[in-house]
Formats: sequence, structure tokens, C-alpha cells
Amino acid sequence: MNLKRTVIFTVVVLIIGLSAYILSYGASMGSYDVIPVRDAIKYGLDLRGGVYVVLEAKPREGVVVSDEMLSRAVATIRNRVDALGVSEPVIARQGENRIRIELPDITDSQSAVEMIGKTAQLRFLGPDGEVVLTGDNVRNAEAVYQTEPSGFKEPVVALELDSEGAKSFADVTGVIMEIEDVPGYQPERSISIVLDEEVISAPEVQAHITDGKAVINGMPSIEAAAELATLIKAGALPVDMEAVEIRTVGPTLGANSLERSVRAGFIGIMLVMVFMALYYRLPGLVASLSLVIYIMIVLLVLVSINAALTLPGIAGLLLSIGMAVDANVIIFERLKEELRNGKSLRPAIDAGFKRAFRTILDANVTTLIAAAVLFYLGAGPIQGFAVTLTIGILSSMFTAIVITKMLLKLVVGMNITRNTKLFGA
Amino acid sequence: MKIVEKSRLWFGLSGLVILVGLVFVMITGLNLGIDFTGGTIIQIDLGKSFTTQEIREITDQFDEEAAITYAGENRTQVQVKTKLDLSEAERAEIFNKFREKYNLDAEDLVSMQKVGPVIGQQLKKQAFISLAVAAVGMLMYITYRFEFKFGIAATTALLHDVLVVLAVYAILQIPINTSFIAAMLTIVGYSINATIVVFDRIRENRGLFKKKASLAELVNTSINQTIARSVNTSFTTLMTISMIYLLGVSAIKEFALPLMVGILSGTYSSILIAGPLWAMWKGKEKPGKGRA
Repeated sequence: MNLKRTVIFTVVVLIIGLSAYILSYGASMGSYDVIPVRDAIKYGLDLRGGVYVVLEAKPREGVVVSDEMLSRAVATIRNRVDALGVSEPVIARQGENRIRIELPDITDSQSAVEMIGKTAQLRFLGPDGEVVLTGDNVRNAEAVYQTEPSGFKEPVVALELDSEGAKSFADVTGVIMEIEDVPGYQPERSISIVLDEEVISAPEVQAHITDGKAVINGMPSIEAAAELATLIKAGALPVDMEAVEIRTVGPTLGANSLERSVRAGFIGIMLVMVFMALYYRLPGLVASLSLVIYIMIVLLVLVSINAALTLPGIAGLLLSIGMAVDANVIIFERLKEELRNGKSLRPAIDAGFKRAFRTILDANVTTLIAAAVLFYLGAGPIQGFAVTLTIGILSSMFTAIVITKMLLKLVVGMNITRNTKLFGA
Repeated sequence: MKIVEKSRLWFGLSGLVILVGLVFVMITGLNLGIDFTGGTIIQIDLGKSFTTQEIREITDQFDEEAAITYAGENRTQVQVKTKLDLSEAERAEIFNKFREKYNLDAEDLVSMQKVGPVIGQQLKKQAFISLAVAAVGMLMYITYRFEFKFGIAATTALLHDVLVVLAVYAILQIPINTSFIAAMLTIVGYSINATIVVFDRIRENRGLFKKKASLAELVNTSINQTIARSVNTSFTTLMTISMIYLLGVSAIKEFALPLMVGILSGTYSSILIAGPLWAMWKGKEKPGKGRA
């Protein structure tokens, strides 16, 4: 028995075990904290709960949706989402006229969709219907209470206009103040405030306003005022948008899916390990050890590229575990053949790995082609699946060709046994 | 094992499954899910058992043809499925009616999905394009690494797997959704992987055997040398995927089932279809043209 190699092998096994433990349960060493991988991984909406919306541009007649329009729409929606206070939202263009929005952890999908998809085109119209100013002229908007002469506190949106807006507002109010004020409502002295073709209020002008401050009244509540203020600040969408796809997942469903998939995966992996050890003996045990390394690599890569794990992604991962074992199976079958052909152990291992390499490469490249196609042509959860599948294939090649080989040679080098039966011969 | 000699049996078996599938597609059609047809699915946790009768009292006001199904572990959840593209307001109204009647919170809305009719059309197009692009990409790679005839035989085996899975879907009337496309492409990737392992062996043995053995012998030997690997890999892959199918939630079951069928079909085709097909075609070559 080779003592040095036995020590190395034992150390390697201990390191693998320790790493697996730290990844599962986390650890804290002095001021360093390692969080469990389960908490470090980002989860897709289907596992976390949230809202997934695809908006499609519906241009008015004669308008063509331009690239620039859609980019501006994305920026506007991002502003609105930020105002909602959602963590880690995804707002991305999809194709020529769609925008995909993913909002994790949101439960009230109804109001979120309403808020995001509203065009929010704000206009102030003068007595003759001419546009005095638009939402673009607003520098700041906030919801406040305005005290009426009667003492009633009315929720309003207070606007601060830019210089251009302030000037035209001053001009119009100046002209209006020259019209004689008689008792009763006078449309010719009023300014209409219109949001998306709907008149919110049409107050009569009471003074010549030159300081660039305007107020929107007629708000049903302070919450409604706050929402409108947010929409105005975020800006109007350059084009009307319609939700063509909405998917919401409640938080309990997401958590339940994750828990059950992880448990199923765990049992599946255990079964695979038992099978490998029974069928391929010693190399099978080594392969099970590599499988643990493989799983750690995949999880760490997922965390480090910040990829979101989705439900199909978990399936992809488990599928890749099956395939990771495949690379080992190809090698071990070769090894058995070489042993049967009368080679001794070490040359047989070398020949087995060398011959299996070409097979593994060709077989995996073709699978990678399928994964690449999925990534470029798919969307959302499907892309997540393609990413995990790709990571899985690459890591499985690495562990089978590099790690299994290294461990197997180490085991053989320990000289515990020369019994080729233990290698499946 | 003589595999090439029984080609007709293998091809016939596959043909039969695909034919039965085709008949089902023509008679009953495929069961397209809402991703393809468009529509709305609302799932609500009522927190107690219920009868579909009482649910209909609410849903009939919106769509009398809505499908009501039980969901959740204790069957306390209701899933309402309609082909109508319900508006924001209508959906809110449905949930509010449930809220009033069963005294629910906002969080009891387990999930809600709405898919517009345009999405489905695009998805179909996307599925076909993805499959075609993937197939052409693989054909090119195999032609580069092996030869064109291997490529054609391998893609034919792929087409076989796609058709078999589709047949199973038609026969069992399993709903087809977005995940189905991902599953199909994964199957394609898996099956080609298995086929390549066999072809790789034929490529290697061809050099060893030179002209001493017949085509059938060459293919039979290669298949027999790789069969343990093919079966074992399918077995381990099936282990993990079937665990997901048995223990996972319904959303993942929809994905795991076609994968399981595909893995079986992929194993079958890589062992019994791809090699014999290549031998058959290769055997028709005029002597002196090819190497084998």
C-alpha cells in the first residue's frame, strides 16, 4: 500500500466532504460568512413567486413603432417599476414590438400590471383645446394635501414645471385672467387636465400663475394622487402597450415547487450513486465522488454568473446529472474492454480515457448545439433551462475527463488491490 | 445480437407507433394547452373542499364553457380554465367574487395565467424553427466529424423520436405547452448524443475491420459493444427524471413526462434505427465508391 497516495486520497475525500457540507449549510469563519448555496442562488419567478408580463406595442394608426420608441418605453417602465420598490426586476425588450417584465415577490398582480401598462400621457388643455403643456414639461410631481378655503383637506398632485412649461402656463393663465369672472362655472376660463384621453379635472383658473407651479385636483384619495405622481414622474409611454401574456405565481406555490423538486433530485442522485457503485464497483464509487464535485461546480457556476434557477432549469440540471454519469459510463465501459483485452490496470485506464474522449466530445457538442438553439430562440424559463443544460454539459465533461481520471489514478496508485474484478472486468 | 438483419422489425414497430399517433392526431387532434390556444387560467386556494357546482355559479357568468378542475394536495384549490382572453377587469371581478364568497385573502390567488392568441401562433412557428435549426446544425457537425450519410441517418433517428413523443401526446391527450418545446429539443439533444456514441464506434471499427467484415457485421459488432453504455445511461437518466415526475409538482410533471418518453425512444432509435439505417443506405453504394 502506498502511504503517500493513500494520505492524498483521504485528504481529497475530506475536502470534498467539507466543501459539500459548507455549500449545504454555510459556515462562518471569523469575519467571513459563507451563506448556504440554497440562499445564494437566484430563483426564477416560478420558484419564487411573482408576476411575468409581456407587453405589446399597439401603435395608433399611421404610427410605426420605432426602435427608439421601444427603448424609451423600457426606460419609462423601469422608472415605474423602481417606484414600486420591486427587488431584482427584469425589464427587457423581446423581438420588435414587445417588452418582457418580470417582477419577483409581487402578490397583487392586478394593480402592478395596471400601473406598468398605463400609457400615462398627461396633457393640460387650454379653453380652446390647445395643448398648454404635457407630462414632459413636469420636473417634479408629488402627492400632497391642499387645504381648501372651507378647511377641507383635498389630496392633490403638486407639479413643478420646467421653464418652457412655466412660460406657456403663465401665458395661458394670463390670457384667461383677462376674461371677466362671473359666478358659476365658466368653461372658457378653465384648463382641462387629461390623462390618456380621460379628463381628470377641469378647474377654473383663479390667478395668473407665473412661478411654474400647478396642481391637479379631483383625486379620489391620497393613494391615487401618489400613484399618478409616480406615473407622471416616470414619464409617459411613447406608445400604447397591451398585455399579451401575464403569468403570476403565488409565493407558496413557488416555495412548494422548489422544496419538492430538491427532494426529488436528492433521491434521484442517491439512486444513481448506488447504481454506479453496484454496477461499476470501484470506478463507480469514484464516479459518485466526481458526481458530488460535479453538482458543486454547477451550483457555484450558477451562483457566480447570477443565472436564475427555474423549474425547467432544475429538470435540466437533473437531466445533466444523468448525462454526467454518461461520460463516466463511456469511460468505464472502455476500461472494462481494455482489461478484457488483457491490458494491465494502468495502461487500460489510460487507453480507456483516451479512446472515450473523442466519443464524449462528439456526443456532447451535438447536445450543446440543441442547447444553443434553445437559448437563442427560446424565452424566459426556456432560456433558463438552456443555460443550466449548457453549464451541466460543460461541467460534466470536465469532471469526467479531468476529475474522475485524477481520482481513479490516485486510487489505483494506492496499490490496495490489483484485483481487476473490482474494476468491473 | 443480430440487429441489422432484423431491421424490418425495428422499423415496423416504430412505424406502427407513429402511425397510431397519426391516426389519433387526425381523429382527436393534439390537446393544445393555453400557451398555444390562448386563454386564461386562474387557480385559487379556497381553503376547504368544494363542488364544481358552486364554482360554476360564479364562472358561468363569464364563460359557460370554462373547465373547472381540482388542484392542490388536499383538493382545496380550484383551477378555472377558459379559452377566452379575459380582460384585466374581468379577471379581477372573478377573483373578487371568489373572495367574497369564500372569505379569501389576496394571497389565496395561487396563480394566474393569461396568454393572448398571437403568442400561440408564434410559439408554433418558434418550435418548428428551433427544431429545424437544431437538426441542420447537428447534421453539419456530424458531416464534418463523420460523413454525410451518418448525419442523415442520425437526423432520421431524431425525427423518429420527435414523432414518437408526439404520438404519445396524441394518444394520451396530454396538454402541449411551452415546456413541451424545451422537452422536444432536449430529447433531440439526448438522442443524438446516444446515436453519436454508436456511430463513433462504427467509425473506429471500420478502420480496424478494413474489408474483412460485412457492413452488417460491422454495425452489429459496434452496437453490441456500446449497448451496455446506451442502456446504463438511459437507466441513470431515467432515475433522476422519473423521481421528478413522481415527486414533483404538476408544472414539472408536464415537462418530465415527455422527457421520459423521449429518453426511451432515443435509446431505442440509437440502438435499433440509426445503425441499421446507415448500413442499409451504405450497402446500396456502388462498390469502390465508399471505404467500408
